[in-house]
Amino acid sequence: METVIQHPLFAPLVITAVIIAVFPLLAGYIVLVERKVLADIQVRLGPMRVGPHGILQPIADAVKLLQKEDIIPTEADRALFWLAPVIPAVTALTAFAVLPFSGHVVVTDVNVGLLLIAAMSAVGILGIIIGGWSSNSHYPLLGALRSSAQLVSYEVALSLGLIAGVMSAGSLSMLKIVEAQRERGVWFVFDNYGLMIIPFMVFLIAAIAETNRLPFDLPEAESELVAGFMTEYSGFRWALFFLAEYASIFVIAGAGVTLFWGGWLRPFPSWGWLDIPLNYVFPVALFGVSGLLTLRLAQRLKKYSSARAAFLALVGVGVALVGLVFLIPPVNAAIIGVFWFLTKVGAFIYFMIWIRGTFPRFRYDQLMNIGWKVLIPVAMGGLLLNAIVGMALA
Amino acid sequence: MDVPLFLIFAAIAVACGVNVVVQRHPITSAISLIGVMGSLAALYLLLGGEFIAAVQVVVYAGAIMVLFVFVIMLLNAGAEGRSGRSWPVRLLGIPFLVLLLGLLSFVVQAYAPKTDRVVFGAFTSGGPRDIGKLLFTEYLLPFELTSVLILIAIAGAVVLARKEID
Repeated sequence: METVIQHPLFAPLVITAVIIAVFPLLAGYIVLVERKVLADIQVRLGPMRVGPHGILQPIADAVKLLQKEDIIPTEADRALFWLAPVIPAVTALTAFAVLPFSGHVVVTDVNVGLLLIAAMSAVGILGIIIGGWSSNSHYPLLGALRSSAQLVSYEVALSLGLIAGVMSAGSLSMLKIVEAQRERGVWFVFDNYGLMIIPFMVFLIAAIAETNRLPFDLPEAESELVAGFMTEYSGFRWALFFLAEYASIFVIAGAGVTLFWGGWLRPFPSWGWLDIPLNYVFPVALFGVSGLLTLRLAQRLKKYSSARAAFLALVGVGVALVGLVFLIPPVNAAIIGVFWFLTKVGAFIYFMIWIRGTFPRFRYDQLMNIGWKVLIPVAMGGLLLNAIVGMALA
Repeated sequence: MDVPLFLIFAAIAVACGVNVVVQRHPITSAISLIGVMGSLAALYLLLGGEFIAAVQVVVYAGAIMVLFVFVIMLLNAGAEGRSGRSWPVRLLGIPFLVLLLGLLSFVVQAYAPKTDRVVFGAFTSGGPRDIGKLLFTEYLLPFELTSVLILIAIAGAVVLARKEID
């Protein structure tokens, strides 16, 4: 047993297994959060039927998708139609291998971690193109054409945004990028007298375009293209596309957090006296208040259905109890990095949902104009400015 | 662990390479080519060239092949028809293939520089820093000339495309 645990492949394999087992469920709950937040923005309730306040909705959705009939259009290229959803799912999950959830919880730390993420998102496009083409139908083909043009354009801006962060860290390794931020005592987004905000904004806009989300979701603009490249897909293959989409959202948010928001470091990583309030009080308060608010919801639900209210109360107590775990010092030391990383990724994803809920979709020519004539020059200018200021600071 | 992985990816690379030629539809050929690029990247990784492997995937599998597939889709190229083969082709095709392969392997054996055995993971230089330094000091002129060449190609493509529209 001891030799098994000591084996250098043990931890990476366990983390990989956990990611592959947990992520589909997590993706389902990101979708639920997205639907709930959008509903809140649009003054609706969102999913309410499955479980109290819809908290079992993702499970019901998953079961539904697994049971659905799998339709392949007659004129489709069957082999490629079958292959297409696999490519983005594999590439998006591969990119998880270099995401540092904390200093220890990382599958592998390669010297070119960030480049690997860029490579995986570049190859993932192929799945969209092949899926759109092999469906042998108008809307998917148009969606695939749009998406390849869009992704190729915005990849340039995305890379230029990333390079600014790499320049400050002096490394492409995800762990070393975070360590560099710990040494400088500041998240890169606030570095160089705040000038790093320019590359960060470029990265943010390009990341939203790379993940095909509103206001850049022209490849699947439902008012024009039904569902873009996914139109002919159904059942489990569609679920794979969907999983890949949310996995790439998580990965790009993780990359942004690692590069600009200090990865698993807490806010103000160099101020020692903030250790207690931020590493102990904050998580306990976060989970405690969430649990209390859930209990209040359960109270209000009581007059409609006592069973549902009891279930929700149980969830609330569970959430509050998770907060108590952070009070045990050795456990806290082990999981606080993961807590901060996931909190920041959650904030990033929330921001993306918020943007989706509040911005209208761009027209196609506007999209290309923004990409080539605004974003890339701004990214280059920001890069140059940061290089000069960074050199002067050093 | 390295040798079986090498054999697996080498086999995939060769199989995909053969498939590029054998397939009759341009899209399936292009996808096989992506398979070749991917397994080559895996081979670089086995040797220890992480940066080269990642760049191989970004540039070839990501950028170039996406454009390939994009153009094939735009032109809506269909599957090639098979032409009837003439009797000299049928008769001499396979002997000549064997001859060519034999000649190639002989030339490689005879003229390739004798080196030590390949050690997996022994290639430790070739990181971004080393490559950047070499590109901007020793190979500055070829590097800049290549970029000018690409610029000319882009300008040429734009000019040609303009003409079509008018």
